[in-house]
Amino acid sequence: MGDMVVQWIALVPHSKKVLGSIPVPVDGGGTFLCGVCMFSPCLHGFSLCTLSSSHHPKTCTDRLIVIVCLYVSFIFHPCRPPGGPGPAQLSPSLAAMSLQSSTPEALRVVNLLQERNLLPPTPIPAPMPCLPQDLQKVNCNPEVFRCTLTSIPQTQSLLNKAKMPLGLLLHPFKDLSQLPVVTSSTIVRCRSCRTYINPFVSFLDQRRWKCNLCYRVNDVPEEFMYNPVSRAYGEPHKRPEVQNATIEFIAPSEYMLRPPQPAVYLFVLDVSHNAVETGYLNVFCQSLLDNINALPGDSRTKVGFITFDSTIHFYNLQEGLSQPQMLIVSDIEDIFLPTPDSLLVNLNECKELVQDLLKNLPNLFQKTMETQSALGSALQAAFKLLSPTGGRMSVFQTQLPNLGVGALQSREDPNQRASAKDIQHLSPATDFYKKLALDCSGQQVAVDLFLLSAQYCDLASLGCISRYSAGSVYYYPSYHHQHNPAQVERFQKDLKRYLTRKIGFEAVMRIRCTKGLSIHTFHGNFFVRSTDLLSLPNVNPDAGFAVQMSIEENLDDMQVVSFQAALLYTSSKGERRIRVHTLCLPVVNSLSDIFAGADVQAITGLLACMAVDRSVTASLSDARDAMTNAAIDSLASYRQSVLTIQQPGLLAPACLRLFPLYILALLKQKAFRTGTSTRLDDRVFAMCQLKYQPLAYAMLMIHPALYRVDDLTDEGALNINERTIPQPRVLQLSVEKLNREGAFLMDTGMIMYLWVGRNCNPNFLTQVLGVPSYTAYLLPDLDTAESQRTRAFIGWLRDQRPFSPTLHIIKDESQLKSSFMQNMIEDRTEAALSYYEFLLHLQQQISK
Amino acid sequence: MEAAVFILSLVDCCALIFLSVYFIITLSDLECDYINARACCSKLNKWVIPEMIGQCLSTMLMLVSMHWFIFLLNLPVAAWNIYRYAKVPMGNMGVFDPTEIHNRGQLKSHMKEAMIKLGYHLLCFFIYLYSMILALIND
Repeated sequence: MGDMVVQWIALVPHSKKVLGSIPVPVDGGGTFLCGVCMFSPCLHGFSLCTLSSSHHPKTCTDRLIVIVCLYVSFIFHPCRPPGGPGPAQLSPSLAAMSLQSSTPEALRVVNLLQERNLLPPTPIPAPMPCLPQDLQKVNCNPEVFRCTLTSIPQTQSLLNKAKMPLGLLLHPFKDLSQLPVVTSSTIVRCRSCRTYINPFVSFLDQRRWKCNLCYRVNDVPEEFMYNPVSRAYGEPHKRPEVQNATIEFIAPSEYMLRPPQPAVYLFVLDVSHNAVETGYLNVFCQSLLDNINALPGDSRTKVGFITFDSTIHFYNLQEGLSQPQMLIVSDIEDIFLPTPDSLLVNLNECKELVQDLLKNLPNLFQKTMETQSALGSALQAAFKLLSPTGGRMSVFQTQLPNLGVGALQSREDPNQRASAKDIQHLSPATDFYKKLALDCSGQQVAVDLFLLSAQYCDLASLGCISRYSAGSVYYYPSYHHQHNPAQVERFQKDLKRYLTRKIGFEAVMRIRCTKGLSIHTFHGNFFVRSTDLLSLPNVNPDAGFAVQMSIEENLDDMQVVSFQAALLYTSSKGERRIRVHTLCLPVVNSLSDIFAGADVQAITGLLACMAVDRSVTASLSDARDAMTNAAIDSLASYRQSVLTIQQPGLLAPACLRLFPLYILALLKQKAFRTGTSTRLDDRVFAMCQLKYQPLAYAMLMIHPALYRVDDLTDEGALNINERTIPQPRVLQLSVEKLNREGAFLMDTGMIMYLWVGRNCNPNFLTQVLGVPSYTAYLLPDLDTAESQRTRAFIGWLRDQRPFSPTLHIIKDESQLKSSFMQNMIEDRTEAALSYYEFLLHLQQQISK
Repeated sequence: MEAAVFILSLVDCCALIFLSVYFIITLSDLECDYINARACCSKLNKWVIPEMIGQCLSTMLMLVSMHWFIFLLNLPVAAWNIYRYAKVPMGNMGVFDPTEIHNRGQLKSHMKEAMIKLGYHLLCFFIYLYSMILALIND
């Protein structure tokens, strides 16, 4: 204890220095652009962000409190077990040991300029919060619920000093292999804040429980005292609701505003000349025919079809008709439904008619010469059709809508694609699609957009229709059935997943936090109907969400805080369910503990969302500067507040050592890069994906994983289901690691590239690829050991995610080689710095 | 004549005070979950232009009747209203956008703005009242 006190005394002069003088990089325009401050709610569009006024509103008393907290933190450890019966008590000394053992590794000082190989050989797992063992055992899976800082700061000023964003990244509807489902007549919730009972509540005695979010004491209802699993009475803390952080309830009728809706699917298809040229209609109809029995739903499932070019075509599929009947409405200014029913029909009863229609649909428009597209009117008609019940609308569009309401102009200037300065037109041009999306959201209709175009389509405006109605956007640039078979394959795979994946209807989600924390910004595809209530007409397993939080009141007497995300939805079988995830994290009051608990991938994901918001509301260059400043500020804060010995070089804690690398990857991402020619739609789509995808896939998109696959061995391989899966090392993304004699696999989440070097050893070529007869997209199923290993490894990567990524095998002369090489982020390009130069730039800014 | 100008400005200022109070009440209803974002924003967007017109009317009256000090007092608020209206991005549904109002503390900043305007209008109200009484006495 003595030397700890001495350490504190040595630390105080540093902390005093920090409180007064955090470096503020100033650009020529005179706006202060410090990293985290830019994104904090204190910044109002045009006002200057001055550190003194907005970060330290209370000066002397606040500083005194922080110094006292620092003192207290060295005397009492922050990682103490919570009180109350139930969780076993650890003595403070044991807790001290666990804190000591975790801190050194996470806080190990790394000089980024000297250590070249920072990437660990295997993919990085999420950091574990520093909680007692029994709490951590029941804590929520980090793949579902993750926080940027796994140790929450006690005060807002401490958070501001750490210069890292505080937020949560959720994937609430993820496909889970194990999900406990509880059918209970009473769902136990706190009386004041309505939190669901969770593993982190404390039981005061057998009859009363204390909410961990608002600290109110509630009574345990009589039915809850009986545990059906162990058939014991009097042990409410053994019930599954209190033993599992992720749980699903079957909701009784109080949770329904109306009887659960059936699954309703409406497909809105572009059939202009351009659309028929691309040939997507064949693929779509074939895919739907193949998967028609696998559409999630029950006996009440309904489907409907609308096609449009300059007029809208409806299809009467009434049972009893010998063939589908097409009804054309040409009054697109004032759209109306030609018949009141039988446009949306029960799938089981009218299946033959639907299949008939799908078989004939591509031929119906074979000879069309229509070049105009009245998308706005088609969407309005589709909304009218779906609004009585709600459901899902899938819109397929291949060109810029140029007729009727919602017509868009071509805003992109091809000469500005490679602009080194600001990119214009990232925000919507009209509020028509946003208004329509909000109308849809009110009627529980979600709109998914498939954009298959070669020209500019103003995805920035069109994307609004999905963004606010909880839909998803799929983009296939230059889709053509003959010229671009890669896109065709991707479209087919995506369609299969899209049609058959699990879906939830008329959903709402609420995210609650412990008293003292509040959520101030939301990221993802949904509409925030009121504070903390997210309206999700459809919820699907591929959507991720992020929120940013701030600390409104100091978390003074709390050891842990909890977060709960509750998703109330109607399953495709018409059952009303509630999926509840609860996360518990410790509260700390020293900067070193905050740094020790930083989750660098979550921070990167959240920063990407914030930067997308910033590019749209302010400008792209602002967003780029803010990302760089985020890295500068956090490392500067670490250097000044946590490091006791000042060394030369760029020092970072081990948990943040990959932070500059990820920031550089973000700066070179399609969404944010400047100086390289990027189509505006590609850029906007990349931004949409950064906000929409769950963290795991977003990280693969930002920083792909590179492996060498021509020399796979069984050394260190995994044994799963009697298959040996080789585990090659993750390589750095630099051409230095590439080798003409090798073959390399790059995993970017949705797409995998297998690059074969020019002088690749013939063994690989024959044994794995089957040269000279290899196709560009399939690994042939050869019987050799190398082929088996390669296919086992690639199959293992594919199985880890619910969608199937496409594999491209590229040689040196391939067109896709540029997309492969663009991901080599550690190298210098004409428009961007190499990794080492970026580190030098950061070091220079930090020492200013 | 003077009195008439001030009586008109007083009435205008009363209207602006009521409008500020309406804004504050609607925004706090949204904060407390009594109405949803869309209803709140459509209510408020309806009154953005009348507020601008009222403020500009007051400014013009003062300019025309050559009361420079009060004109200069009114000018910043009128300019700010016009700036706020003009700066709305094309994709937004007006000054109050239901999709953005819960992001980045916009709700709090709108509330603060409405409170400041209320205080300002109250100050103007008393200035007009005083000037009107002065003008009436001098007549």
